[in-house]
Amino acid sequence: MQVSDFGNPNHVAALVRQIRSKATRPWTIMEVCGGQTHAILRYGIDQLLPESMRIVHGPGCPVCVTPIDSIDRAIQIASEPGVIFCTFGDMLRVPGSRGDLMQAKSCGADVRIIQSPMEAYRIALAEPARQVVLFAIGFETTAPATAMAIRMAKENRLECFSALVCHVLVPPALEAIFSDSEHGIDGLLAAGHVCTIAGYRAYDALAERFGIPIAITGFEPVDLLRGMLSIVEQLEDQPSTHRVENVYEHIAELDGNPHARRIVDEVFCVCDQSWRGIGTLPQSGLKLSLDYAAFDADTRFERVAHEPHEPSICRAADVLRGKIRPIECPAFGNLCTPSSPLGAPMVSNEGACAAYYLYQALWSDKNPTSEGPA
Amino acid sequence: MTLGDWSCPVSKTSAETITMSHGAGGRLSAKLFEEVFAKHYPSPELSARSDSAVLDWNADDRLAVSTDAFVVQPLRFPGGDIGSLCVYGTVNDLAVQGAEPVALTTAWILEEGFPMAELHELARSVGRAAQECSIRVVAGDTKVVERGRGHGCYIATSGIGRVRTSMELGPSRIRPGDCILISGPIGDHGMAIMSQRAGLVFEPLLQSDCAPLHRMTMELIEKVPGLRMMRDPTRGGIAASLNELASASGLCFQIDESCVPIRPQVAAACDLLGLDPWTVANEGKLLAIIAPESLESALEILRGHPLGAQACQIGRVSQEHPATVIARTIYGTLRIVSMPAGELLPRIC
Amino acid sequence: MCLAIPGQILSIDTSSSLRMGRADFGGVIQEICLEYTPEIAVGDYAIVHVGFAIAKLDLDRAKEILATIEQLPAE
Repeated sequence: MQVSDFGNPNHVAALVRQIRSKATRPWTIMEVCGGQTHAILRYGIDQLLPESMRIVHGPGCPVCVTPIDSIDRAIQIASEPGVIFCTFGDMLRVPGSRGDLMQAKSCGADVRIIQSPMEAYRIALAEPARQVVLFAIGFETTAPATAMAIRMAKENRLECFSALVCHVLVPPALEAIFSDSEHGIDGLLAAGHVCTIAGYRAYDALAERFGIPIAITGFEPVDLLRGMLSIVEQLEDQPSTHRVENVYEHIAELDGNPHARRIVDEVFCVCDQSWRGIGTLPQSGLKLSLDYAAFDADTRFERVAHEPHEPSICRAADVLRGKIRPIECPAFGNLCTPSSPLGAPMVSNEGACAAYYLYQALWSDKNPTSEGPA
Repeated sequence: MTLGDWSCPVSKTSAETITMSHGAGGRLSAKLFEEVFAKHYPSPELSARSDSAVLDWNADDRLAVSTDAFVVQPLRFPGGDIGSLCVYGTVNDLAVQGAEPVALTTAWILEEGFPMAELHELARSVGRAAQECSIRVVAGDTKVVERGRGHGCYIATSGIGRVRTSMELGPSRIRPGDCILISGPIGDHGMAIMSQRAGLVFEPLLQSDCAPLHRMTMELIEKVPGLRMMRDPTRGGIAASLNELASASGLCFQIDESCVPIRPQVAAACDLLGLDPWTVANEGKLLAIIAPESLESALEILRGHPLGAQACQIGRVSQEHPATVIARTIYGTLRIVSMPAGELLPRIC
Repeated sequence: MCLAIPGQILSIDTSSSLRMGRADFGGVIQEICLEYTPEIAVGDYAIVHVGFAIAKLDLDRAKEILATIEQLPAE
């Protein structure tokens, strides 16, 4: 067996045939993971599905849901003299109220792209005279890595290190989406790597409460199609009872990764969190626990008062809730493009709007030059 | 000590590193020229030490001129350095336009404190690359910028080439039905560089594909009447070049993903960093658009060269979606290949 | 979200305070942190996100999955 077998076209074709033979009615399936959005569109998975099946993209892109205030704060801190601001590449071009981190860099801010929070920690070790700040974004998957960097900093009394924490949690966002009685979603693909860390017990309650089948799904074409097949089978065969099925079972386990969860619980505590485009959701984010509060960049650096400002025409909120697809936004492809984005989902590689633009825009009947929703 | 020595104070370390004086146009500049540049890539024109080089030119030939600036970091990478890169890059700009490279100029911008030993290495590289391409450096310049303002070394070049063919290679020659060819696997250079910065280790070592294309291009021009145009897909990778061609010709460039050659290591590194290999730079690859009747002979010619051993057709030009590049995935689905946004940014999401 | 790809563990290093390993992602080697996967051994495949192994890839399960797909009706 090769790891690449999970992209094998024969396997993909077999799964597609199953889905096609199984689906007798139109179904709308939501995925909540930017990596899945990206993969679906990059491989054209949605083109293989029956016409009646619709895949919508939820708030699965941490880059897109990081509040504009946090972006502004990041730019502010990065622009402080003596600061080395460490961020993942994804965040560099996300629009804040006035510009983005890349522009801050061009104005002299020492912004460094990192691949891991541990890189920021190592930079701090090497630069004790500077203030090294980690822009800690991401879902449950990335929190353990941030936690380890902060824990190491504390153990080694690395006073020059701090983190601007913006980690968000998926289940509360799902609650918010499904609590809207007009959500129109029939089934959910749950993000496989989030569940690899956090487990998926929380999804049982969601499935039951909202009567929605949920499939814990991975990222390769075979994984994605298995997830979709699981949902379709549940919808067609068991219309009254819905459950969680783990179709990422070779990687994700029910209780996730206990070692990672333990460290996350030590370093962070759950708090209310603002989601860009959605609003504040209770108990949906992480902040540093009391023992680690000294490493909070938000309190370490003085705040400069300002008014966050979003362009009013941006429909990110509706896109993130799966209410509209990016191509249905009037600004898509004309006022809003990857090189001049109005909102975060057009910037991030995995943002639904950018993914559509990159892989699907101008394609056949989904022509963005037509006025109004498709 | 003579009076002459007093007019240009020489510090103890001047023999080991570049100082501001080396760019001042005085005695130290001259010394630098003699001991480094003229030593490693001598030419009659450089020896003449005039302000311009005057070259003999055949009245029947047309003149191709190119210019480029090289700011690569790190200066040395597996498979090359900024010295060899500046020669091959210049040669390739000329070659893909149908020109036989004749000469180039090199303007060096050095940072104060740059180690002399390293400069020798880079100049030696230029010399070796130039000799390999049978091309001369006919003019040059050196400037020195203050410490902290130069990243070590930048090189700006211009290239001069001779165009003998009457073929007007260009997007207007491209027709629906034309074949799109690449000379070998994509993304080597960009990933060789990026990995140095991202702390990735390649086993076996991944080399930049930095190399001159002129032998392949000249044979294509000579023997393939159906040659429409050529590009060397550097920054922005094949995605950028294909989009430029699609835009300029107004036609649709349809690429079959499974036909685009890529080393498994390069694909793996792109996966790791979240990059699209089609947007990664190449420095020794040729993209050619060929009339269908010339496909076989073009492939044979390319494959006859060491640099083109893995040459293959990757797609076809059509009229379906004007000015668009479309990829067919291994699943038979289609996606638009957009012009890359800008800087290659690794991602975690 | 969560770009995480499988890499085969080539070696494990416990000399520093963190359990680290070298993972091969197909000819590309990267040093990763194994603190969250104490069960992982040399030769195993780790799923790696931002320089941390977050899970061990269960090869047997994976093979079963593929075998099941191969059993699906042909047409």
